[in-house]
Amino acid sequence: MKEQAPALIIAIPLLISFINIPVGLLRRSLCYPLTIIATFSCLYLSFIIADTVINSGNISYRLGGWEPPWGIEYAIDHLNAYMLIIVSLVSFVVSVYSKKSIEKELAREKIIYFYTIYLLLVAGLLGILATGDLFNLFVFLEIASLAGYALVAIGDKRAPLATFNYIIMGTIGACFYLLGVGYLYIVTGSLNIADLTKLLPPLYHSRVVLVAFAFFIVGVAIKIALFPLHTWLPDAYTHAPSTVSAFVAATMTKVGAYAMIRIMFTVFEPSFSLETLPTTEILGWVASAAMMFGCIMALAQNDLKRMLAYILVAEVGYIVMGVSVGNREGFTGSVLHILNDSFMMVSLFLITGAIMYKEGHRNINNLFSLHKKMPITMGCFIIAAISMVGVPPTAGFFSKWYLILGAIDAQKWFFVAFLLLSSLMVAVAFFRIIQSTFFKPSENHNAHEEPLRDEVPFSMLLPIVVITVSLLIIGFLSGQIIDSLIQHTVPKGF
Amino acid sequence: MDTMDFIIGKYNYWIYIVLMMIGFYAMIAKNNFAKKIVGMNIFQTAIILFFISTASKTGGATIPIIKSEHLAAGAQAITAPQYLNPLPHVLMLTAIVVMVSTFGVALAVLMMLYRKYRTLEEDEIMAILKMEKD
Amino acid sequence: METITSITPIIIISTSLVATFLIFFTGDMSKNLREAWTILAAIIKFGFVMSMLPLILEGKIIEYTVISIVPGLTIQFKVDALGIFFAILASFLWIITSFYSIGYMRSLNEHAQTRYFCCFAIALSATMGVAMSGNMFTTFLFYEIITLCTYPLVAHKETPEALQGARRYIAYLLGTSIAFQLTAVFLTYSAVGTLDFSDKGLLNNARAAGISDLFLTITFVLYMAGITKAALMPFHSWLPAAMVAPTPVSALLHAVAVVKTGVFVVVKVVLHVFGVNLLTELGLGTALAYVASFTIIVASVIALKQNNLKARLAYSTVSQLSYVILGVALLTPSAIAGSIMHIVLHAFGKITLFFTAGAIYVAAHKTEISQLDGIGKKMPFTMAAFTLGSLSMIGIPPLGGFLSKWYIGIGALEAHQLPIIAVLVGSTILNACYFLPIVYAAFFKEAKHDEHHGHGHSRHGFEEAPAIMVIPLVLTAIGAVALFIAPSIFLDLARLVVTSVTGGN
Repeated sequence: MKEQAPALIIAIPLLISFINIPVGLLRRSLCYPLTIIATFSCLYLSFIIADTVINSGNISYRLGGWEPPWGIEYAIDHLNAYMLIIVSLVSFVVSVYSKKSIEKELAREKIIYFYTIYLLLVAGLLGILATGDLFNLFVFLEIASLAGYALVAIGDKRAPLATFNYIIMGTIGACFYLLGVGYLYIVTGSLNIADLTKLLPPLYHSRVVLVAFAFFIVGVAIKIALFPLHTWLPDAYTHAPSTVSAFVAATMTKVGAYAMIRIMFTVFEPSFSLETLPTTEILGWVASAAMMFGCIMALAQNDLKRMLAYILVAEVGYIVMGVSVGNREGFTGSVLHILNDSFMMVSLFLITGAIMYKEGHRNINNLFSLHKKMPITMGCFIIAAISMVGVPPTAGFFSKWYLILGAIDAQKWFFVAFLLLSSLMVAVAFFRIIQSTFFKPSENHNAHEEPLRDEVPFSMLLPIVVITVSLLIIGFLSGQIIDSLIQHTVPKGF
Repeated sequence: MDTMDFIIGKYNYWIYIVLMMIGFYAMIAKNNFAKKIVGMNIFQTAIILFFISTASKTGGATIPIIKSEHLAAGAQAITAPQYLNPLPHVLMLTAIVVMVSTFGVALAVLMMLYRKYRTLEEDEIMAILKMEKD
Repeated sequence: METITSITPIIIISTSLVATFLIFFTGDMSKNLREAWTILAAIIKFGFVMSMLPLILEGKIIEYTVISIVPGLTIQFKVDALGIFFAILASFLWIITSFYSIGYMRSLNEHAQTRYFCCFAIALSATMGVAMSGNMFTTFLFYEIITLCTYPLVAHKETPEALQGARRYIAYLLGTSIAFQLTAVFLTYSAVGTLDFSDKGLLNNARAAGISDLFLTITFVLYMAGITKAALMPFHSWLPAAMVAPTPVSALLHAVAVVKTGVFVVVKVVLHVFGVNLLTELGLGTALAYVASFTIIVASVIALKQNNLKARLAYSTVSQLSYVILGVALLTPSAIAGSIMHIVLHAFGKITLFFTAGAIYVAAHKTEISQLDGIGKKMPFTMAAFTLGSLSMIGIPPLGGFLSKWYIGIGALEAHQLPIIAVLVGSTILNACYFLPIVYAAFFKEAKHDEHHGHGHSRHGFEEAPAIMVIPLVLTAIGAVALFIAPSIFLDLARLVVTSVTGGN
């Protein structure tokens, strides 16, 4: 069991995904428990994997017994283990939440396929994280993306158009990535990441390698919606079903960021990625632009979900910024921010889903006295919002602390200013919502009529509360998370 | 002369680049969604061509089917220059599967769009959406 | 200096947090229960604060490290003389304000009282947190908590004006603290790798370690711009805007907890982050002193023009807060002592004034100064307290306000800053100009015939606010006098602070 964990963590959701269809056609109510079982086993396995990595070092799992670099290797180090936990935890929490939300938002016959595709997406994401092979990574990337397209497409009435743009952009991204793989294969004849690490350094001045690097970065940048390649994201995540938005917002971009980190610092050496090429300058400024743009656009939105989507664009900027400054603090901040941002995003999107569930709309200006109707949900909203702004002791502060220290260490004063400025804008964005939900008296309601307490069902409320409370806990555990996992992920030479 | 050599010697890459650009142009600039998908297909096919062409070798190399006399000749029988590199082909088999599924999903979404708006022209759909908003 | 590890700081902070929960869960059941919790928590809190006092007076320091989250970010409490000084002040005045609040809220039959009392209790917890914090991170943490949990208090009325005022309030406080103060914290940490306060200033050795003067100057300016709670011009306009809050909030939070947190953090930054030596070398103290002087004079002039009583008090607060900053910026022992004393003396004076403003509003529904003619006859106790409060503000000898001005004046002489003396004199005159007319009008002018009110005929006899409101304001007024006569505890503490930061002269 323990030895097979890296394969099982992908195989289980994949298998159950397919079992879901026949079982679901016989009995629709079984899909939900099956999905819970699958995601929970992933969660369990991810902890086993992390435990193994922490206690006995990196895992190298040979798929089918073939030796790397010829066979496909699942190579898991601290970064993979860390990401696996994030993704499987989020997938578990969201799957618990999904039942009621999906029943409300989707047609009954679509529910089976929703769970099938959902698990396929989980399998794809976990696959990206587990594999140690560049081409295999492409395959999983596409499994995840295809599942993502399908899930977005079952959203509201504008979803198909958003999905179509998403498919076009996503395919371009994937193809660029594939080209990058091709170029590397031409010069090295290998696809194994660990093997490439050894083979590439003598070839760093080859133009083919440079082109490969550029293709990789652009390809991944599209997948993580890095400004200015983000255009597909706000539409797609706004029109997707609430559950889907929550899951993809929390995981897709983060897994993409993982791929970027892998390529920049494992496939290539940090010295190549940051010194030979002007990556720091380019990515840093692009990330700054992303932060500014995302926040400004977020301020202009009236749809809560769309606002969150734009904030996500800004948050991607944060992560890339930390990576681009090229020092220990910045990198730690980025990796920590991947975790924090996943949790903040999932929390906020789930809350949006809950508002959708009860109110039937998400217009920021019409959310009167919601705190009286849904006190627990809105309490969670405040905590998540504060964390998003980065006020201590919530989790969001600690990753920003490292990000800003990283920028200061790199003497990038403009980046420091942008980081703080975007925090401020996020604060304004959330503040608007808090003010209109908590303090603006309802206009059409009778002033004396106290709105009744009307929370979402327990199966939706519990995930929200758990994930939000964990934002506080993660904040206090930041030091331990860094000690046990993140500090081992920092590339050598930082 | 050198330039000509360069162009002719690398003709496979030129073809793949030209194809890719045609596909890319269609994906970005075409107004019709179906044409965009066609562009997407061309784009992907260009990449397949690129991979396959990297597998080829000059000097009469052939597909790696090992004839029986070779087996009898012993361990040294497989000399790499005689055979094409099989790996890019294998990779592209997988990639084709991926691309076909992307195509399938894209077509499905195209159907949804057509059913909803009765047109596949981007500007017309935008006009409809704008009217809906007003 | 002896350091004692004790859990008392945690108890002090958690008392009102526990109270918050109790208020939240039982608040809607019974008014009495809710108010009982508030008062109980206030008294227990004060008791625990006082229990630390003997140790501090012996020159010891109470320390407790809660958690070290990541290197550099530790939640740590360290109670020294300066900290307990502020803690005593805030926790004592909380008790009085609690009684007053109850009277005010009941008389006006306000809505959302549970939220009000909850936020109030959290605000006090956080104020204690700032007072006792042992490093800049803990300070920043509680500083932000104060901002966030006082927002509902400012927006309490939920009218468009209240929301607008509250928006400006949070925009200024949260905005500047994230943009400037947090940056300054980052710069401090990146310069010296620690955020722990030290008596000599944690950046004291930074210059020797090769940190440039420009860097330090920028950091200092960022701190001053970021600690907007101190209402240093040009970042003062949130304070008048926050006057839309109910009066007890204005009284405790905007005369004591919030603004005093601001100046307290300024004092901390000057003494414990930069240190007297460093600031003297850089000449930044003098610069700050002149900015503070500017604020003192300009805010007083603006106060003259205000007709709304609370607005006038607000501008007076802006001006008075800068006394504290001025004193500490002079960097001489007497001036520092004076500035620390001013924290408490101004608090007693100003809270009295705000209490009276609230009492006038509750009893007579009057908010404008021009309406106050003859009100002294109807509300003699209230207006007598008002008189004492304003005399203390002006700084007339039998009242506390004199002491701090005296020390700051001496400090200015020690620092050879004669223009500062002129500022002190000028502002005293201005203070007199905007407070004494009110007193005069209240006692010696005849009440105008009020045409808008149906019962315009002047009734004789008292029309005081409820006793539960009048007694607190009389007590604080008496406090302002008592502090002049027996300032020993606070003066001792102030001397301890001065000794520790200046190295014993």
